Order: sequence, then structure tokens, then C-alpha cells
Amino acid sequence: MSSDRDTILARVHGALAPLAERAPLPEWDLELVHMRTIQPATDLWALFAERLKLVNGTPLSAVADLVALLEQGRWRRGYCDPALWPQFKDAFPAIFTVETAFDRTRVDDYDFGITAATGAIAETGTLVLTDQGTSSRLAALAPWVHVAVLRREQIHADISAALAVMPADPNIVWVTGPSKTADVEGILIEGVHGPGVQVALLV
Amino acid sequence: MAKQLIDQFAATLPADKRASVYQSTKSTHEKRTKMLFDQFAEPNRLRALAGEIKQHVLEHLDTLLPAVEAKLQANGARVHWAATAEAACTAVLRIMQARGATKMVKAKTMVSEEIALAPFLEKHGIEALETDLGEFIVQIDHDHPSHIVRPIIHKNRREIATSFERHGLGAYNDDPQTITRRARQFLRQKYLQADVGLTGANFVSAESGRIVLVTNEGNSRFSLAAPPCHIVLVGIEKLVPRDRDLGLLLNLLARSATAQQLTVYTEFISGPKSAAQPDGPEEMHVIFVDNGRTEVLASECREILRCIRCGACMNVCPVYRQVSGHAYRSVYPGPVGAVLSPLLAGKKFPELADLPKASSLCGACHEVCPVNIPIPDLLLRLRDKAKREGARRAAAGTPPMGAWALLASQPAAWKAALFGSKIINYLPTKLLPVPPLRAWEDTRALPEMRGGEFRKWMKGRKKS
Repeated sequence: MSSDRDTILARVHGALAPLAERAPLPEWDLELVHMRTIQPATDLWALFAERLKLVNGTPLSAVADLVALLEQGRWRRGYCDPALWPQFKDAFPAIFTVETAFDRTRVDDYDFGITAATGAIAETGTLVLTDQGTSSRLAALAPWVHVAVLRREQIHADISAALAVMPADPNIVWVTGPSKTADVEGILIEGVHGPGVQVALLV
Repeated sequence: MAKQLIDQFAATLPADKRASVYQSTKSTHEKRTKMLFDQFAEPNRLRALAGEIKQHVLEHLDTLLPAVEAKLQANGARVHWAATAEAACTAVLRIMQARGATKMVKAKTMVSEEIALAPFLEKHGIEALETDLGEFIVQIDHDHPSHIVRPIIHKNRREIATSFERHGLGAYNDDPQTITRRARQFLRQKYLQADVGLTGANFVSAESGRIVLVTNEGNSRFSLAAPPCHIVLVGIEKLVPRDRDLGLLLNLLARSATAQQLTVYTEFISGPKSAAQPDGPEEMHVIFVDNGRTEVLASECREILRCIRCGACMNVCPVYRQVSGHAYRSVYPGPVGAVLSPLLAGKKFPELADLPKASSLCGACHEVCPVNIPIPDLLLRLRDKAKREGARRAAAGTPPMGAWALLASQPAAWKAALFGSKIINYLPTKLLPVPPLRAWEDTRALPEMRGGEFRKWMKGRKKS
């Protein structure tokens, strides 16, 4: 393929050579992309929770609320990141079956998956997941309910702030609400390939 | 006078399809505008800036492309280059054959449509399954997408339900929720069985080598969670200079495309999975595709390569709303397609040379474009190109202008014609047997023809 590389680069050089001057890279002020409808918040969790609700996500601030939500939806079988399970174990009654290894041959056996978030973006209600922070990509994606566990100090104010501190990680995913489509007649349906219920749990 | 092909197609479009395309494009456009103007103080300044950033990229591809290649390699990805559609298809096939792979799951990518990847792979015994719900339906129907963001904007739920039934995805049921759940069940097994996941790229950061992908359904995430190999197919124009520029472009893309503040899943991928991660690709390949882009870069229409494929121009276009996407006979429909498709066609330009005429030049596409592409100007340049090159398709429906050109370019003939035109003042126009003219004259009086008076006045003015 090296010849294709040379061909393409030679054509690019040829195309750009006649230009008398080239467009400079504009400097731009991050303030420009701040949403004017949002006041600077002191409590980033409160803002994040409000924005998450707007995209049909579910913010929770206590493990007991999570257990109640799962009981109400009759979601009883699930996966939990082995590093997080010890702190949640006691809150889950015996009707729940929770595994700490995700078996990809039985993806439909898991109603929920609990994994760690690496951050969040308050302005957009977005959760930040990373490859190194997520114990299993599939467990955070395949079950109907995904619970991302978040700490208050991990919340960024806006997109630009989150972009400024992007970790060196091969797979960073910003999650803004449950999976959705409007392909069929423009009607919104949630839970297409990913979770139909997206929870952010503050610990 | 022969009609334009696009008009011929529009005449065959059923009224209910036209109505549904019109309704959904209009409502997306209105939501987009409300969101941008409610949330940002200066949305038009953002569009201008984004345009400048992408124009900078285009005019620095000679340095940015080698830079991003080095970055990707340092991140552990393998980089391939494909000058043509055939080379791109072959590159994908070779990667698969080297792994003994026979099953691919595909996220939505317009480049793969452009190079006709899925049919090529199928010919070579490889299953290449679309996973975006809309693209999946297009695939099982052996159809083509008619919108770059909403591929099945031209289909209704009854047609989809019939296709699902025919494809063995359960008894007829046209409830959108049931359709979606059935696709979910069917496709998740396919992800788990696939050898390769293929995606496009919305942006590639030259600074970090991060591939940025946006999807709402989560199909690209699944394609990167289950299969052991990831192939990225990306046009050479998709670069952005720095990660921070993504803050601007991502904000504009989601709002322009679907009136969302951010698409549900925005992925930043810079290499194969990390060592401790149990799921995801161990191998990552990035294929940079030219397929006519360098020719566009060398042309007078290079601005079109700024396009970030949001579809806002087709949502607002009065022509697209009436004719729908298939009328453009190419992968990229709407105003952007009317510029890009004939250019990417290369030697086959004359076959699509009529598309730049499928516009009233109202300018709405320019006003909504998140990267501020002056589409109407480019359409005019292409009309001129078609004229210069004598593309006959572009001339269809155009009245013969030869006599007019002769008259307008000979001052003596022009003067004589102006003088002669005064005859109209002595004609009983009310009695002419032309019904529209008579109807017009019923309520209006034709002013007196004063051919040449202005010239006389002008001359007199100069002397004084």
C-alpha cells in the first residue's frame, strides 16, 4: 500500500502547491461554546443531574435508590465491577444475583451492569467512561440497565473542560443518556443496541 | 423541452413519501435552529470559526496527514492508504483474509457506501452486516440510504415491518418499538460472532491521533466491544488540528444533525484495547481513503471537503424536501451531494452534471452549514464547469439562449430591437388569444414600452 500512500501525498502536494497563501488556524475562545442558558454552577452534581434527566437518564445519589429502582423494574440479575462490589454488596438483598465476571456467551442473562465512570460533564449530562476505568466494555453496554458509578470531584463543567484533561486511554466514551434511535418514522425509541436505562450513581 | 432527470424522478415520487420527507426534514431543521440560537450567543460566529478550522485542515493536509499517521502508529494502530475505491475495498479484504476472518459487523459509514464495500466483501464470501437500524433495513431491502443521517427517511413502518417478516425476524408487526427490539436481539448475536468491526470516523485529531465517532444507537460501541479487530475507514479530509477544536465541532455536529447537544455516544479511539480490558479489539487498522478527494482539493470547489456530514443542508433544502434523496442518483444527496457527487465522479462528471442545477440558489444550505460552506457559490462554479465541458445532461430543460446571446452581444442589433419593441404599444394586447396574458391584463395595465429611453437619458447626463 506504500505506493498508494505516495500517490495520495503527491496529489495533495500538487493540489496545494498553486495556493498563494494558506488558511491560518484560527484561535478561538472557549467561552464561545458555553451554553448561555446555563448559569455557572457551584454544585456540579446538581447541574449534571438536571441535565441528565433532560436526556432521559437517571441520576441517583444513594445505593438504596439504585436497589429500589432495580427492584421496581424487576431487574434482578446483573454484573458488578469486582472492585466496586464490596462497597455495594450489603445493600443488595438476596433476590439479586450479581456476578463479578461478565460471561459473553450469556449476554442476555444480565439485566444490569455496574461499572465505574471516569468523569462526567455537567453542562450536557454526559458520563465519561474509559477503557482503563471500565472493568468490561460489554458489561457496560449489553445489559438493559447500565449503572455508572461517579464521584463528585470527577465532574467537569463543560465539554471544553473535559477535552482539556483527556486521559491517555485507547477508548474514551462519552455517554449522554440511554441508547436511542429515531430511524423509524422519526419516533424516538430507547434501548437500541445499548442500555435502555442509563443510571449515574453518585458515591 | 426535455425535463431534468431530478424532475422526472420527483414526478414519480408517491405523495405520502413526499409528505413524510417534507415533515421530518422540516421539523429537524426547526429544532436545530431553535437549539443553536437558544443555547449559544453567537451561533453564526461558531459556524464561521468551524469553517475556518476545516479550511485550514484542507490547506495543510500535506503536513497533517503524515503527522496523524505517525501519531496513529505510535498509538498502536496500523495505517493503510487507498487511492481509489477498489484499493480501499481490497485493503479491507486483505486485512480480513490475513486474520482468516469471514464475518464483519459494520457501523454506519458513508465512505463504505461510496466505495460499495459490503457488496464487494459479499462477493468474496464475507458477511458484512450493517448494524445501524436504518442501514440494516436498507441492507435487507437491497435499497440505498436516502439521507446521510436518516437513511430510511423514505420508508414507513409498514414497509419496514414487511421487510422484517420477509427476513425471518418475526411475524408482521409495525410497532416501532417492536421493530427496534427485534433488531436488538438479532444484531447482538451478530456482534458477538463477528471477526471484525468496521466503522467510519467523524473526526480524526492530528494532535492526538484520536478517532472520533458519534452514534446514538450504540452500534459502533458494540462493534468495538465484541469483535477482536477494528477497521476504520476514513476520508483524508476528516482531520481536525487539535483536540480542543473538537469542542467546537462536536457542539455543532450534534445540533446540526439531530438537534441534540451531544450525540448519545461520542467515542474517542486511539488504539487497540488496553491490556487489562477483557473486551474489544486487539488489532486496529486505519485506512485513509482518497477516491477523488485530492481532485476536489485541486479544484475550485475545495471548500466542499469541509463537510462534516450533518445533513442540515438537506433538511433545509426546498428541493430535497420535494424530491427526496434517491433523486440525486448518488451516495451523497441534497445540496452537499449536488456539489460533491459530480466532483467525486471524476471522469463521469457529465453523468451527474445536472445536479448543480437542482437548486433555486436560495442560500438556505449556506446559512445552516456548521462549517459555513458557500454551497450556492460552488453550485454556480459547477454549472459553469458543466457548460464549459458541454455536459448535455446539465442543459436539459434550459431554454435555448443562442438568439438572446446574439442580440445582447451586438450593440447595433440591441438598439434596433429596442426601437422595434415599441410596436407593442400599438398592438391590441388585450385581444391576444393567450388566456394567461388576458387574465393578467384583466387586472393590470401594461406600462408603455419606452425602448432606449434610459440610454438616451444616460448619454445626456454624461454631457451635462
